[in-house]
Amino acid sequence: MTPDTRDRGGPAQPLLIVENLTKHFPVRGGLLNRQVATVQAVDDISFSVKKGETLGIVGESGCGKSTTARLLMRLMEPDAGSVVFDGDQVGDRRGISVSDMRRQMQMVFQDSYSSLNPRMTMAESIAYAPRMHGLRRRDAYDRAENLLSRVGLNPRQYARRYPHELSGGQRQRVNIARALALEPRLVILDEAVAALDKSVEAQVLNLLSDLKESLSLTYLFISHDLNVVEYMSDRVMVMYLGRVVEAGPVDEIYRHPRHPYTRALFASKPTLDPDRRTTEMPLTGDPPNPINPPSGCRFRTRCAFAQPRCAETLPPLLAPFDRHADPTHLVACMIPEAQLLPMELTYA
Amino acid sequence: MPDGNVLPPVLQVEHLTVRFKRRNTDVAAVNGVDFSLRAGETLTILGESGSGKSVSLKALMGLLPSYAGVSGKVWLNGQEILGLPAAALAKLRGGAVSMIFQEPMAALDPVYMIGQQIAETIVQHEGCDNRTAMKRALGLLEQVKIPSAERRLKNFPHEMSGGMRQRAMIALALACKPSVLLADEPTTALDVTVQIQILLLLRQLQAELGMAIVFVTHDVGAAAEISDRIAVMYAGRFVETGTARQVMRHAMHPYTQGLLSSTVHGGMRGRALETIPGSPPNLAELPPGCAFGPRCRYAVDACRHGDIPVITTATGAMARCVRVRDMVEV
Repeated sequence: MTPDTRDRGGPAQPLLIVENLTKHFPVRGGLLNRQVATVQAVDDISFSVKKGETLGIVGESGCGKSTTARLLMRLMEPDAGSVVFDGDQVGDRRGISVSDMRRQMQMVFQDSYSSLNPRMTMAESIAYAPRMHGLRRRDAYDRAENLLSRVGLNPRQYARRYPHELSGGQRQRVNIARALALEPRLVILDEAVAALDKSVEAQVLNLLSDLKESLSLTYLFISHDLNVVEYMSDRVMVMYLGRVVEAGPVDEIYRHPRHPYTRALFASKPTLDPDRRTTEMPLTGDPPNPINPPSGCRFRTRCAFAQPRCAETLPPLLAPFDRHADPTHLVACMIPEAQLLPMELTYA
Repeated sequence: MPDGNVLPPVLQVEHLTVRFKRRNTDVAAVNGVDFSLRAGETLTILGESGSGKSVSLKALMGLLPSYAGVSGKVWLNGQEILGLPAAALAKLRGGAVSMIFQEPMAALDPVYMIGQQIAETIVQHEGCDNRTAMKRALGLLEQVKIPSAERRLKNFPHEMSGGMRQRAMIALALACKPSVLLADEPTTALDVTVQIQILLLLRQLQAELGMAIVFVTHDVGAAAEISDRIAVMYAGRFVETGTARQVMRHAMHPYTQGLLSSTVHGGMRGRALETIPGSPPNLAELPPGCAFGPRCRYAVDACRHGDIPVITTATGAMARCVRVRDMVEV
């Protein structure tokens, strides 16, 4: 394969480095519409995505995973933090501009219908961005047809159709084709398969794996579905109420989860085995409201291991206490007992 | 049917059919569904969108619009209920049979407090005074494990979290001790940690109250957690039924097999997923013969016309498929 001329930093340079990314939304109300509270949607998160890998982000609703995606795409301005794309700071005078970054970073959303213009045919939708970026009409449409067949839709049959004439799975394929139209290097998939039926979901997941391979893409795969994230990702980041609680290689996270929240999350997963049903609730209650979240560790209100000091300081994301643990595994928990694996716990 | 010393079914459905006829279209949403359900039993109807699972439930409750053509027979506690006059049906709904939904906000009235809504149902069906009904409402909120229930009685639905609202809706549905609870995707919109709580709650309530549950879902995981029996629905028909174990472990119908193998679960990394090609058929133009035929890799000529035979095994599992005998020991 010919080397990508856009690859500026070389293979060792992470494609994306995010540092201290923060977004707080003010909640206004009362007399004079003053700010009465803040939603800490994304609070001081840092991570990186290596070239060619898939980073999975899991978490429940309100954990900030979609806000993170929107901040990366600059669909909203972050309050603080920096994003470095292949060595270039995004939005910096000496770095890369937001529009240049967007040419290399594209996004696929959950709702396949509302993310397509109902008055544009499939070919028009896909060709739109390349034309805006200066490609000739003829070439843009050629590219659109080419992409349609790449995502498994016969262009002669589908190029002139409108969104309402397609099924959900077909529409999501078109959305993927559109995201690929500018030949991006990073694709953010924000719950891209969540609305699809299982048999269609599997088709789209296979398609995504094939495309990643053939186009050497890097994915940021956001989902609430633990099984799908395990299947797709090389590394996984677990979020809870706007913060990263645990991150590491997929096998480490799924086989040796260290944060009490991650463990509860995995224990909540249906077993798919009628003979080994879940008998105890891993967690009680709902995630707390992200408006004015608990002080210190945000999970402490639902955590069985919580101690007074958990309320005082925010736990930093560090290597586990266990000396034998994989050093690339990071966990935001200050209580050594809480990090013990369930098996070690029974021996303790 | 099994031995005679068991209880008679609380709900029996025979050849339930629903068609939506409009000027130019004739959508066959449900094409002959049969099942029976005993007290304390959970039947899960598992199917993808458009398979007719929710429409079947709504037909049982008499909740479909007037242009829907519903036929077949439905007995609730021995009484035939399909085609009952509206007033008699209204008496049954929320009484002997009640329903919970995916979206609790659509089932709860936003301008009344939770306690009032539950009490109103009890007063309506049992004619007791408001004070007793309120006391019962408190007991119900405690039963569905809503913390500080006393205070929550005075909450409006929007003041509660998603999981809490789902619990409140379950309390409302159980207010008059129904013998059948119809559950239409009640865990689909919930986060995993809350979903498992609701599934466990339903199982526990069923053990305490002994109602039968018809649980509709597209989620194989939820089905495995809650069902005694699973019925897999495709294009308006049950294509396979059996105990949860039979269906999850020894699926006979190619559609069930495809559905299970395309459901991602742990330890599948690095392998391509086995998928079902194509997409579900248009219910207005169902193919002749087996509706799954055009997507089925085992399809033969016999699948493309006529009625598809129902094969029942010695253990009571059923599959609607021409090829079952060729593929598994029956």
